[in-house]
Amino acid sequence: MNIFRRVYNFYADGFRSMQVGRSLWIIIFIKLIIMFLVLRLFFFKPELSKYDTPQQKAEHVLENLTK
Amino acid sequence: MLLTSSLIQASRLQFALTAMYHWLFVPLTLGLGFLVAFFETKYYRSNDEFWKKTTQFWSRIFAINFACGIATGIILEFEFGTNWSNYSWFVGDIFGAPLAIEGIFAFFMESTFFAVMYFGWDKVSKRFHLISTWLTAIGACLSAYWILTANGWMQHPIGVEFNPDTARNEMVDFWSIVFSPVTLTKFTHSMLSGFLIASVVVIAVSSWYLLKKRDIEFSLKSIKYAAWFGTFAIIMLMVTGHTSAQVVAKTQPMKLAAMEGLYKGENGTPIVGVGVLNPKKSYDNDEKPYLFHISIPKGLSFLANNDFNSFVPGITDIIEGGYTYKDSKGNERVALSFEEKMQRGNMARKALAVYGEYKNKPNDTPGKAEALAEAKKYMDENFEYFGYGFLSKPQDSIPNVPITFYSFRIMILLGGYFVLFMLLALYYSKKKLLEKKRWFLITAIISVPLVYICGEAGWIVAEVGRQPWTIQDLLPLNASVSGVSSSSVYTTFIIFVVLFTTLLVAELKIAFNQIKKGPFGIKW
Repeated sequence: MNIFRRVYNFYADGFRSMQVGRSLWIIIFIKLIIMFLVLRLFFFKPELSKYDTPQQKAEHVLENLTK
Repeated sequence: MLLTSSLIQASRLQFALTAMYHWLFVPLTLGLGFLVAFFETKYYRSNDEFWKKTTQFWSRIFAINFACGIATGIILEFEFGTNWSNYSWFVGDIFGAPLAIEGIFAFFMESTFFAVMYFGWDKVSKRFHLISTWLTAIGACLSAYWILTANGWMQHPIGVEFNPDTARNEMVDFWSIVFSPVTLTKFTHSMLSGFLIASVVVIAVSSWYLLKKRDIEFSLKSIKYAAWFGTFAIIMLMVTGHTSAQVVAKTQPMKLAAMEGLYKGENGTPIVGVGVLNPKKSYDNDEKPYLFHISIPKGLSFLANNDFNSFVPGITDIIEGGYTYKDSKGNERVALSFEEKMQRGNMARKALAVYGEYKNKPNDTPGKAEALAEAKKYMDENFEYFGYGFLSKPQDSIPNVPITFYSFRIMILLGGYFVLFMLLALYYSKKKLLEKKRWFLITAIISVPLVYICGEAGWIVAEVGRQPWTIQDLLPLNASVSGVSSSSVYTTFIIFVVLFTTLLVAELKIAFNQIKKGPFGIKW
């Protein structure tokens, strides 16, 4: 069996035989989904993402720092 | 201005509470990893199944805590981009590089060695499993180091040059940032606080078993080693606390003055052991600083400078300037007053504005090159006070003294309590009296919230004490925030609190269930 297959089996067996770990993974996935698909997409939009280029972002910050 | 103030307060509140929430989980991961590795080393050497079960039980608590903490730190990075966009841009790659290294470390170390630690029992050799457990503990440490490198730079910004074309700081000396004295002291102090927290948690869980008269051998042995680990941690915490104070005295004298509620310094400044601040005291009146205090003569001078007769500046001294001090490079300098720093900060800001204005003019504009060169020269000469250009009065440069002062005392008093606690744990363990000392076992359980309060109080001192700066002397809060509405900041904060509290309840339920089952009642 090649090394990749063995590594795959190692992880697959590990996940299959989990008991408490399964509940923890469910909680982790819920957290990550809410973080990245809800909070990040709808609430935590990076302020500077409305600018396309680094130059525009720099201009915006420069303006804020000198006004 | 009112809206800006409300936005700043909302953004600060959100960041403070999410960071404190994150720090509930990190220290136990940092400390418990090493205890688990130690227990597994005992198993590796003795081949005794008892140590295997002990290792597996504490590994499981480690994993549950780790799962609780996952993603609680990511929200902080979201907040940087959304609420603190000027700051995030201004710090440039100084933040990006350590955080990227941390991400790579976390991913590779944790996805490989963490997996071997949990999935590898009886599948890999005992030796490889033991190495993986140690590397998981060390990997968590290294991750913490890179995060604290970023934090250390904010407290003591060195090794960078500001580029007015990009409005960003650029790294010119990677190693001075990585081995900054602030980072080194912060890392050792934070790691050791993690060791202490893990020791107290292990002693508390084991004490609960002893109170229930179950898993006696497991509990006694766990307490024995956790007490040694905790004693080492609390003694070294006192040493690193002293070195931290010396670094703060050099790099953030206002923070040290706020920690002590010190307004007028002197040669041989005392340190306040216990005290109550006078709420009427301000830097520009003659009120007494304390309503009541018990002080140790010359203690602060020794703590700050290792010299009982040295001068430690107070808040008023720092605002008025004129005293001599040694900077972080060891050069003797005369302290500038707040007014002088503000003037130089304003010069730097104006020079940056002129630079920005000329930069966008056509290249054939007469005198453009000379104007840019002169503006850059003025900016570079005054850049170390750049942030003072955003402040308008001396009060703006003073952190919240009561919060800093009382948090520092809470940390110190609880630290003293844990010296006693660990020594008692060691003594009762050695004399085999633990089972008879019911009051101590109950105290051990009560000590769990106390040790977390101690750790959080330390971070409050570090972070509230450096206000108003997001980057010391270079960028204050009012120049760091984004133009978002404060109501949206509160909304995201409430979502975060509701979501994570709900999940925390679920996670704690899993943890308590595992503890109830005990080390021999669970199938790995």
